[in-house]
Amino acid sequence: MAPLLEEPTQIDFDAPLKAAPKLVAPEPEHCPGPESQQAGKADSCAGCPNQAICASAPKGPDPDIPLVTARLSSVKHKILVLSGKGGVGKSTFSTMLAHGFASNKDHTIGLMDTDICGPSIPKMMGVEEETIHVTAEGWEPVWVNDNLGVMSVQFMLPGRDDAVIWRGPKKNGLIKKFLMDVTWGELDFLIVDTPPGTSDEHLSVNSFLKASGVDGAVLVSTPQEVSLLDVRKEIDFCRKAGIKILGIVENMSGFVCPGCKHESQIFRASTGGAKRLAQDEKIPYLGAVPLDPRIGMACDYGESFLDAYPDSPACTAIRNVVRRAAEEMSLPKGEVLPESDCAARGINR
Amino acid sequence: MGLDNINKIILVLSGKGGVGKSSITAQLALTLSLQGRSIGVLDIDLTGPSIPRFFGIEAAKVRQAVGGFIPVPIHDAQPLPSRGTTNGDAGDRAIGALSCMSLGFLLASRSDAVIWRGPKKTAMVRQFLTDVMWPDLDYLLIDTPPGTSDEHISLLENLLKQTTSPTSPPNQLAGAVVVTTPQAISTSDVKKELNFCKKTGIRVLGVVENMAGFVCPNCSECTNVFSKGGGEVMAREFEVPFLGSVPIDPAFVQLIEEGVRPVYPKGTVIEGRDMSSVEEESNGQANRKDGGLLVDKYRDCSLSPLFDDLVSRLVADIRSRD
Repeated sequence: MAPLLEEPTQIDFDAPLKAAPKLVAPEPEHCPGPESQQAGKADSCAGCPNQAICASAPKGPDPDIPLVTARLSSVKHKILVLSGKGGVGKSTFSTMLAHGFASNKDHTIGLMDTDICGPSIPKMMGVEEETIHVTAEGWEPVWVNDNLGVMSVQFMLPGRDDAVIWRGPKKNGLIKKFLMDVTWGELDFLIVDTPPGTSDEHLSVNSFLKASGVDGAVLVSTPQEVSLLDVRKEIDFCRKAGIKILGIVENMSGFVCPGCKHESQIFRASTGGAKRLAQDEKIPYLGAVPLDPRIGMACDYGESFLDAYPDSPACTAIRNVVRRAAEEMSLPKGEVLPESDCAARGINR
Repeated sequence: MGLDNINKIILVLSGKGGVGKSSITAQLALTLSLQGRSIGVLDIDLTGPSIPRFFGIEAAKVRQAVGGFIPVPIHDAQPLPSRGTTNGDAGDRAIGALSCMSLGFLLASRSDAVIWRGPKKTAMVRQFLTDVMWPDLDYLLIDTPPGTSDEHISLLENLLKQTTSPTSPPNQLAGAVVVTTPQAISTSDVKKELNFCKKTGIRVLGVVENMAGFVCPNCSECTNVFSKGGGEVMAREFEVPFLGSVPIDPAFVQLIEEGVRPVYPKGTVIEGRDMSSVEEESNGQANRKDGGLLVDKYRDCSLSPLFDDLVSRLVADIRSRD
């Protein structure tokens, strides 16, 4: 077999909006996607055992899309947290964002974990042992606070350490269920945490939420080029998929030695870090959050770092970033983490 | 063709992203090469390939020949002169050839997103396993993306099929090195990966705990930025070998990011070894940034002796199974 160096197949960003037919064989390499407009008609369909099925399948929109839209009609704002790179703090930042918004008791927040193979949100929220309650209405999210609900695949696993060995379509099915069958209720914010990369989960989330409208995406990166490299790919993805970028956050930026107060750049920003990337790509820069071992510890114990160490420099930085994100969403000033709250604690911006 | 020329295959896995799979893969490769073995590195992280960056060959493009891809060479087998540092071993030593293959070499621009669904990823992984014309290799290291999904399923399906054929060397698929960081958040995902290995029958060669502690370059105080000991506890719980803890070394990051030969301030002692350099700083940054092979510079890194020991144990373990 000769190697292929051709341009990757153009992805149909709307594909999951159509209903997928039942296939009799695995999709071939250059499959346009059984849900796409070219299904059964593309060049690569010749000889595929599924060809007749795909060609004759109704090309109408997925009948579930209106259900998803109806379910999410009572959600005011939807935010994606993305990064091309793993382990840069997507989940940590998602929980911070959730806790930050939830500090205003008038808001109700939903946090959805679409990382199917490596869910971290339940542990960070301290609800790892919970399970989902199924009611006549649908699946009840796990409530961390009165105004903060969480949904993750972790709640459905029989054992805590069980591996979820799933290919793409099965993951997409679960994400659809999370949006369609979960009784989110009246939400002010739905925060969607994603796995690293630019693949099935991202395409699905994007296409399911498109009809109901997404406010935008927050990108998370660490300062090194190894991480920024993958984040550039995510920016490219957002542009191609038409997702508005609310801004980029630099996480794990600088570390202050507890012994001598000397600041080290553990993850050196040899190429100017996220700030430079934001300038180059002309996207908003939301700020930098320093590396504080207590953030990781708070996550391990499922506590809110913002509540546990309200006076730490990292907390101030996170609050500023959350506030900046709210600004980018053009929310009224003072609705999210009002300044007066900080002033009362004696924190200067 | 394919995996025929390869003696042993080692997978580098982790359920969690950003724990240092690529960093550990790169260091395993450099160390194995320093020990005189010929090494190939295959990066099957399709949506976020990091291996080209780690070896400083981002601009490289893969070449095609009749019959397949030719992997990108990092260095050939050659003798490496001994060093004048205190922490070195005396005499010349022969290093093995090192080459690698990644989707990064096939992209037109480094910032292009690879937006692929499962079937396309599956096909690419299969192609990487069948169409790369590796030279004779002692070890092929396979760097994976985080998780337990399409890439992993296809990788194992293909590997199990190819390595159990009667023509392949015995025990060709040696097993997996599982990487984690010490925090509970990371180990809880990595436990899923260990269960994945159990389910698919892949032997776990051992667990490496990465980012365990950071030694402040100013005061030499070690801070456990991402706590400590989680990897060892997890290894014990799953009854798999624990290969060791790897601290964060900013000099290694600098070596990778800027190609600067690691230099440590006087009095830096890591794992009982004096790492301070003999030559004074008068040489300056410019001199340390000279050409030179990555593998040569890596010998000056504080992590190098640690990996030397780790790899020796790993190789002994793999050999004992034959």
